[in-house]
Amino acid sequence: MTTPIVEKDLDNATLTVTTEFDAPLEHVWQLFADPRKLEKWWGPPTYPATVHQHELRPGGKVVYSMTGPEGDTHYGLWNVIAVDEPGSFEVEDLFADGNGNPNPELPATVMRYEFAETGGRTQMRCVARYASPEALQQVLEMGMEEGLVAAMSQIDGVLAEIAAA
Amino acid sequence: MVVGRSDEADDDRRFRAVADATRRDILRRTMTREYSVSELARNYPMSFAAVQKHVAKLERAGLVTKRREGREQLVRADVHAVRRMRYLLDQLEAMWVDRIDRMGEILAQEKGDES
Repeated sequence: MTTPIVEKDLDNATLTVTTEFDAPLEHVWQLFADPRKLEKWWGPPTYPATVHQHELRPGGKVVYSMTGPEGDTHYGLWNVIAVDEPGSFEVEDLFADGNGNPNPELPATVMRYEFAETGGRTQMRCVARYASPEALQQVLEMGMEEGLVAAMSQIDGVLAEIAAA
Repeated sequence: MVVGRSDEADDDRRFRAVADATRRDILRRTMTREYSVSELARNYPMSFAAVQKHVAKLERAGLVTKRREGREQLVRADVHAVRRMRYLLDQLEAMWVDRIDRMGEILAQEKGDES
């Protein structure tokens, strides 16, 4: 796997992640299409994810929850906008309640994933579009409060900050 | 790091303040030393008043401080506020990088199982 490249565009409140996996496209697609695989990578080890409902088709829903070390559970929901297997798909990621209903007070993130295979390796590009810079900030705060960010990343972040200061 | 509710309103203003290329450039410059507003204004194809407005927005967001010296207004970035914002952005980046790491691990494991 190549090191992912993350581009943050503050003007448009988008974050673009590009990477390449040493695996065929079919395997990469299954990371999203198979709920048991999706739950293995979506949440950090400290907040493992469980997928409760999984319909990766236009108009479908994916409902998941993440449970923290203290038993705190947070629900999320994907509203599936478009699926063009195996080239791309687009979903709206929302905060939800225990029944999988979206929380209208919290901002949505639109995520578009694109895939292409070359010589047995798969390039993936993910564009996460936040409603506004404020929404991006709110998502960040929620993530922090709910501990959705792995402890290790927090340490990395602090180290990077110290190194750059 | 624990984020208190009181910090959130500040963060909100900060993210809005940096959603502009000129203001980000002002921040970059004033991180290293104090700049007068007129000195800053020479770098951008816009009026002194427009640059002054950008500085005011950064000041309200708590990202720069301003002091008066004679006829000049001197601007300097608040390093702590800028760092906190960068910290939040780093968090977001780390979340995605971690996800991709985990995806790569699953794929590598599958490859191992096949051979």
